[in-house]
Amino acid sequence: MGDLMYKYDTYDQAMVDARVDEFRDQVARRIAGHLTEDQFKPLRLMNGLYLQLHAYMLRVAVPYGTLSGAQMHALGDIADKYDRGYGHFTTRQNIQYNWIKLDEAPDILADLAKVEMHAIQTSGNCIRNTSSDQYAGAAADEVTDPRPYAELIRQWSTFHPEFSYLPRKFKIAVIASETDRAAMRLHDIGVKIVRNDAGELGAAFYVGGGMGRTPMIGPLVRDWVPLDQFITYAEACLRVYNRHGRRDNKYKARIKILVHELGKEEYTRQVEAEFALLLAQNIEPPLAELERIKAQFADPRFEAGLADLVDRSDPDFALWVDNNCVRHKTPGYIAVTISLKPIGGIPGDASADQMRLMAELATRYSFDELRVTHAQNIVMPHVRKDQLYDLWQQLDEAGLGTPNLDLVGDIIACPGLDYCSLANARSIPVAQKIGQRLAAKEQQIGELKLKISGCINACGHHHAGHIGILGVDRKGTENYQLLLGGCEGADTSLGQITGPGFDEDGIVDAVEKATEVYLSTRTDGERFLDTYRRIGMAPFKEALYG
Amino acid sequence: MAEVQFRFRHDEAVGDPGVTVGAFGAQSNAAAVRLEPGDEARDLLPHLDRLRLIEINFPVYGDGRGYTAARVLREAGYTGELRAVGDVLVDQLAFMRRCGFDAFAPEVALDPAAAQAAFGRYPEVYQPTVDGRAPIWAKRHLAAQDG
Repeated sequence: MGDLMYKYDTYDQAMVDARVDEFRDQVARRIAGHLTEDQFKPLRLMNGLYLQLHAYMLRVAVPYGTLSGAQMHALGDIADKYDRGYGHFTTRQNIQYNWIKLDEAPDILADLAKVEMHAIQTSGNCIRNTSSDQYAGAAADEVTDPRPYAELIRQWSTFHPEFSYLPRKFKIAVIASETDRAAMRLHDIGVKIVRNDAGELGAAFYVGGGMGRTPMIGPLVRDWVPLDQFITYAEACLRVYNRHGRRDNKYKARIKILVHELGKEEYTRQVEAEFALLLAQNIEPPLAELERIKAQFADPRFEAGLADLVDRSDPDFALWVDNNCVRHKTPGYIAVTISLKPIGGIPGDASADQMRLMAELATRYSFDELRVTHAQNIVMPHVRKDQLYDLWQQLDEAGLGTPNLDLVGDIIACPGLDYCSLANARSIPVAQKIGQRLAAKEQQIGELKLKISGCINACGHHHAGHIGILGVDRKGTENYQLLLGGCEGADTSLGQITGPGFDEDGIVDAVEKATEVYLSTRTDGERFLDTYRRIGMAPFKEALYG
Repeated sequence: MAEVQFRFRHDEAVGDPGVTVGAFGAQSNAAAVRLEPGDEARDLLPHLDRLRLIEINFPVYGDGRGYTAARVLREAGYTGELRAVGDVLVDQLAFMRRCGFDAFAPEVALDPAAAQAAFGRYPEVYQPTVDGRAPIWAKRHLAAQDG
């Protein structure tokens, strides 16, 4: 493993190993009949094991989306050994395996523990895996690498004794750039690491964002938390929620409802009161611990004086560079996104062979590092520009060179009714049909973020799509609502429903019509979202229903 | 009333059933009180010196308000018995212990061997709480200072 990501010490390893032993014991008790399914359910959920429509699904945590080559390689091996040769990368920067046998689940956890991975708190009403910016450590616009703060949260939240039975699940994102690439304000807590005029780092806390049935953009509750009070402040935010969050209705149990019902001022007042009491409890890790973690996220040894140019003579390559690569903070390097959205494919799926190839290429071309993005793609964060063409050729040969980052084919979709027991409608076939229908026009259309959820829980982030699609059940038939104008990032907005829903073919037609309205109305340089914001809903409604 | 199955104290157990928080105000001699999930633990803080037993009820294991109540009471200096009652299952024991519970009266008695294993399952902890265990970060930096 490289020296630029967090490495377990004996303490971290002991915690993960203890979890494997515990789960092995629980599964044995279940198989022997000493535990009923009802008794077993909360235990397996604490380990990310869901009983889905056809089989068990195991969700593996990828803390802040960062993977080493060895870890990605192990994920590929697990897909072959225990699943059907593929895995599904999720909007929470995790990976899910959809065809798991119960008696093999402890062996998978043991295989994961060997590469410092786990499935702890990937489900249940607890603090889930912390997400972050996929370009952390590479982005030209970041004030610092946000991942050490996410790792501090990972450790603090792991087996937190007070917050393991919250009213509902709890998701935290940490970023450190003005540009928000992690949908930070759509999380229960969004943390933005900022630098003040004196050059010091601190944390801004946004609390009470979320998607689901009642989408909300998290308000800023404190613009500056000193780093030596960071965990204590998070603890105060959680304690007020655990104490007062609603437990009478699961659809009103997320912290966004509490913050909304109390009002931001009253929620903040209660947090500040709790914070003052908690400061006296000395629960904050010392800054030396943050420094210890930070040292493990040090920059790789970038070479100085590399040519800061890419040879664009191959037009297919040039198109991919323009669409899928972003500026790196270091001259001579570039950050690469590998699209897991081939035309007609299943968004976020990768085969075992593809995972192992990405692992090998990361070791060779990206300082042994990979990232999972919340848009269900994979990033190689630190690639030399003079090696970019070699890398692209190998990716393209393996079906990993689709040049569609942030284009209409780069669809976010939840697993939907093909797998998920909560879903009302299928997401995957809709994504596949839209991808195929618009493939020829996607370069012309330009940036268009399309997001599909198969139910109101909004795992496919439909509220935040420039075009969002929500699958609903209408009298026993799958039906799809269309939303326009959602956006994550610095200018976060929530999509508006256009009107009556459509059937499966109808929604594909409707999306195409929306893009036609855009293409015929846009002015120079306008993205779909910009045009929608300028002309409003009416012309789209006219085209869809007129 | 369910039996106390596990107790980590050496003083004599209080036999009185806990009165409700509502009745407690009028019962100036009561030494035992029972908190329900919706009760405010901080209402008891003025009376901690005369309390010897606080029962915290878990009507369903998934309602985690009692964990916060327990920690709040311990953080405020309560040293009497803190007893978890109700839907207390094996897999919550260690968390409850960390939040300051030192007695357990599960509605359905637990398998003693499984409970024993659960209390001792995790060799280390990541967070300091009122149980006094040194978190991993403290051990890391103590070791660094020694070395």
